[in-house]
Amino acid sequence: MQRRNFVNFILGGGLVGWLGTILYPVISYLNPPKITEANVSMVKAGPAADHPNNSGRIIKFGRKPVLLLKTENGEFRAFNATCTHLDCIVQYRKDTKQIWCACHNGIYDLQGRTVSGPPPRPLEEYLVNIVNDEIIISENRGDS
Amino acid sequence: MIINTTSKKLFTWLDNRFNLSPLLEFMRNKQVPVHRHSVWYYMGGVTLFLFCVQVFSGILLLFYYKPGIDSSFESIRFIMTKVQFGWLIRSIHSWSANFMVFFIFIHMFSTFFTRAYKKPRELTWISGFILLSLALGFGFSGYLLPWNELAFFATKVGTDIVGAIPLIGDAIKIVLRGGEEVTGGTLLRFYAFHVALLPALFTVFLGLHLLFIQRQGMHEPEFIEQLPKDKKKVIPFFPDFFLRDAFLWLIVLNILLFLAVFFPWEIGNKADAFAPAPEGIKPEWYFMFMFQTLKLLPGQILFIEGEIVGILFFTFAAIIWLLVPFWEIRKKPGKKIQPMTVLGIISVLFILIMTIIGYIA
Repeated sequence: MQRRNFVNFILGGGLVGWLGTILYPVISYLNPPKITEANVSMVKAGPAADHPNNSGRIIKFGRKPVLLLKTENGEFRAFNATCTHLDCIVQYRKDTKQIWCACHNGIYDLQGRTVSGPPPRPLEEYLVNIVNDEIIISENRGDS
Repeated sequence: MIINTTSKKLFTWLDNRFNLSPLLEFMRNKQVPVHRHSVWYYMGGVTLFLFCVQVFSGILLLFYYKPGIDSSFESIRFIMTKVQFGWLIRSIHSWSANFMVFFIFIHMFSTFFTRAYKKPRELTWISGFILLSLALGFGFSGYLLPWNELAFFATKVGTDIVGAIPLIGDAIKIVLRGGEEVTGGTLLRFYAFHVALLPALFTVFLGLHLLFIQRQGMHEPEFIEQLPKDKKKVIPFFPDFFLRDAFLWLIVLNILLFLAVFFPWEIGNKADAFAPAPEGIKPEWYFMFMFQTLKLLPGQILFIEGEIVGILFFTFAAIIWLLVPFWEIRKKPGKKIQPMTVLGIISVLFILIMTIIGYIA
């Protein structure tokens, strides 16, 4: 290797290294820090009597929205309200008695399964228990 | 007379220091071809004018706009209802943004159909494509800033689409959103993109784009290029073409003002992260064809999720479009129609049909 090529190689390598030392902190800075939050595994959703039959409501489950619905037969069910397609929030439709996402017309049945439209997966179900007329929604860990 | 002598003196003073005469000579001799497709030459100029309107009205909005989930929506409402002529400035900014994207599309397709992207203008096309991408970025980031329902869900969907890109998507989504979800952090990031990062990048690429055009001159369609020099009709850039350009800008400005006065831009309802997506949710019209395509795709196509197929399709199409100057389907001898023209027509029809379905479905 000629002396000139060697110097060019060292200088070029130095330049790449220098760019790396500039870019690495910038990219790291833009990557937001992970915020540790209290792990919510259960929320109270008020008295059962407040929910009429054939209705749905969004409940805050930590930072996640959960759709709590009461069927025509008076049965409570809860699902993760985030559409599995592109992250919109779903709603209960009284007229069709289905779960509907307005963004891309995704439709789920009352078991959270996709009926039509683009959602690729069913909605994640939560457990609903009623204790002393109070609704308690908890994560479905699959062990109950 | 006095003004004339003073300006001459000033010019001589500047010329002595910066040697401006060659530049002036270049501008004096600059010519623009005249033919039946000359009208398309004005589309880039109109886009440039609208960009200037955006910069000016955007700076004015900055005097009152306060980014934040508790202040964005309220400050826009304040601008619209309390600030003198605030409604006008904000409506002009919104209308002009839409016009700008519209004229970019017209400019791009006219360049495509007149095949002005060919050698030696490959880099002008590429810089134009980058400017289109940045303009769409402006539209997407600006849409969220009023922090209303429509914008909130459009941002959720838009950033989730980015997140579906294999391998790197999730990391980009988190950087864009400033976390896992669309929150006040996302709003601040989009504000930074909209008022600092994108304008800086846009200015650089706009400078390059204009420099290339000035250096190479206007493209002549093939049927003009083949004519002998004495048969070609031209007009001087200064003042003829420039005055025509300015006249068109004036017309566009009047249309903008008319729309801003009679159809002020709506503010909508404030975003609520725990409310279902409202009925009739839609993105800006220029994203509608992609939105509609994603809506029509089934959940699963073979073994891949439908949305990923859609996203890969659009990414692939964008790369093909960016590289248009470097590949070509050649016309077969004896055939009248250019295959590239057919491809362009198919693209335009696809965008138009999907947009129309999106609005009437």
